[in-house]
Amino acid sequence: MPAIKFRGVDFLEFDALLSDDERLVRDTTRKFIEENLVPIIEECNRAGRFPRELVQPMAELGYFGASLKGYGCAGMSNVEYGLVMQELERGDSGVRSFVSVQSALVMYPIYAFGSEEQKSLWLPALQKGEKLGCFGLTEPDFGSNPGGMRTRARKVDKRYVLNGEKMWITSGSIADVAIIWAKVEDENDKVRGFIVETDRPGFKADDVHGKWSLRASVTSGLSLQDVHVPECNLLPASSGLRSPLMCLNQARYGIAWGGVGAAMACYDCALQYSLLRKQFRDQPIASHQLVQEKLAWMITEITKAQLLVLQVGRLKDADKVEHQHISMAKRNNVWMALECARMARDILGANGIADDYPIMRHLMNLESVKTYEGTHDIHTLILGSSVTGIDAF
Amino acid sequence: MKILVCMKQVPQKDAPLELNETGTWIREDVSYEVNEPDAYALEEALRQKEKHGGEVVVITAGPARAAQVLREALAKGADRAIHLEDHAFVGLDPFNTAQAFFAAIKDEKFDLIFTGLQSDDYGYAQTGVILAELLGWPHATIIMQIEKSDSGIRVKRELEAGYFQFVDIPLPAVLTIQSGINKLRYATLIGIKQAKNKPLRKVIMPEVQSAIGGNLQKIERLYVPQKAKNTEIIEGPPGEVAKKLVDKLRNEVRVL
Repeated sequence: MPAIKFRGVDFLEFDALLSDDERLVRDTTRKFIEENLVPIIEECNRAGRFPRELVQPMAELGYFGASLKGYGCAGMSNVEYGLVMQELERGDSGVRSFVSVQSALVMYPIYAFGSEEQKSLWLPALQKGEKLGCFGLTEPDFGSNPGGMRTRARKVDKRYVLNGEKMWITSGSIADVAIIWAKVEDENDKVRGFIVETDRPGFKADDVHGKWSLRASVTSGLSLQDVHVPECNLLPASSGLRSPLMCLNQARYGIAWGGVGAAMACYDCALQYSLLRKQFRDQPIASHQLVQEKLAWMITEITKAQLLVLQVGRLKDADKVEHQHISMAKRNNVWMALECARMARDILGANGIADDYPIMRHLMNLESVKTYEGTHDIHTLILGSSVTGIDAF
Repeated sequence: MKILVCMKQVPQKDAPLELNETGTWIREDVSYEVNEPDAYALEEALRQKEKHGGEVVVITAGPARAAQVLREALAKGADRAIHLEDHAFVGLDPFNTAQAFFAAIKDEKFDLIFTGLQSDDYGYAQTGVILAELLGWPHATIIMQIEKSDSGIRVKRELEAGYFQFVDIPLPAVLTIQSGINKLRYATLIGIKQAKNKPLRKVIMPEVQSAIGGNLQKIERLYVPQKAKNTEIIEGPPGEVAKKLVDKLRNEVRVL
């Protein structure tokens, strides 16, 4: 079977909805991923290795904090940023996760809630990839319900003392800086964000081993034991749980585009495979009705997902997007991507489980993507709450 | 150094091609990309500018879609662009294309003009050479390296069988650049953003019409090669069959 090269997916003249610049952003990123990530990703996935060598090139292309303005950031529109996410995840969800965390969960909160000093200190270094970041919200016992977090910040003189455990933290052990969310005891347990340099005494990061998903990105647990930070490390404009949820909204938006990318990779691979693979009377399996049904389902869902996330992006660019819109896009697009990966795996038969093809890696990655940044079910409840006005959680 | 880079938009290398209705060219609804040697020519121009300062201008001739080539070049670092925008440039012969470029740049003073060695679609490798002739400038082809020298430039040409030739050329000059001379850069996101504010001059057909004559190239018919398979059974006594077989292998198939 000859090597299968990604050709892009555009059934409904989706490209006609994009501007020339948006297409250029997409095509450039696609080329970068094809030439730099695709050749090494299966090896990274096998070895459970984060391709750190791509941090510098990605920084130079402007992928970190791409939608932020100033501080060396590219100032891309939300649709352009989304197309970058799509192409990164076409390569690998783990690499896209790394960029999402650096951009939406580390740079964004500093940008949105930070002081001018914090911004000028951290944003240029994070943009250039000289510093890497992680985001500490989830705890071992608090995932979907972050409001229950146990991490506490106590004010002592002009310092805060942080104590707690964070879990499932992307880039935890490679980060130079962590955005830690904690309840501040002197402020009636209000959740606030802190910039915590990871070399401070009492800060520890240990990697999660035995992951069957997102193997090309680092996942860690963080432990903070009496970690002292100066009070200027508090993100001054962070206020309550709403602040980390605003960050998650940024990241979820990117994930909704990423889902399209992973689904495209699986669909295009399965389509090409089905035309080459022959069974029964020397006919390609693409001529079989049951295979065609799968391909038809996939291309329909991918096309719907493209239109959905593009509209969410256009709303976001017009400053009209609401969190339930992003929930709909994240929930739908990751679900459909996972279903596409499973169908593509079926079409590839036994070949679908080997890493000669990208399918099984995407499938396993997407199991995480379906769960993180608001599980599929939690987004269902957000949509339910939005249309009924009644919270079911 | 002020460098002009002539670029062309061509069908993507791995695009599935279909013949048009008249069977004289391919259907236009394929994906397009920058002609590969032209991308190397642009990269070399940007590197020369980074070393010696100056300006990089890009030019293309083609319909509206060809502007994508220029936008990408501007995003990679070219300073400004010239677009000879007309569908008539699709399939125009190299002589007339060079004439049109010549007419469009007559008021400019370049030190160097680069083209890719040849185009991925027609592959004449002539436009740059003819342009040099029209300008009355020296030219060199298949360039693998460019160094500035006291009297102009010293270039390395790729010859056959692994041989290279070094040539000293005075400026101004035209060079046709070989793929692989350097490593291509990607357009950065900031570059794409900045490209929007860079000048792009559109040249319409009437401005260069007088320089162009009738198209010297006409494609009569384009077709997919027919695969033919003939089976012939040679009958008769073994000795004769062997004799005939040897004769066929020697004189018809010519493998003996």
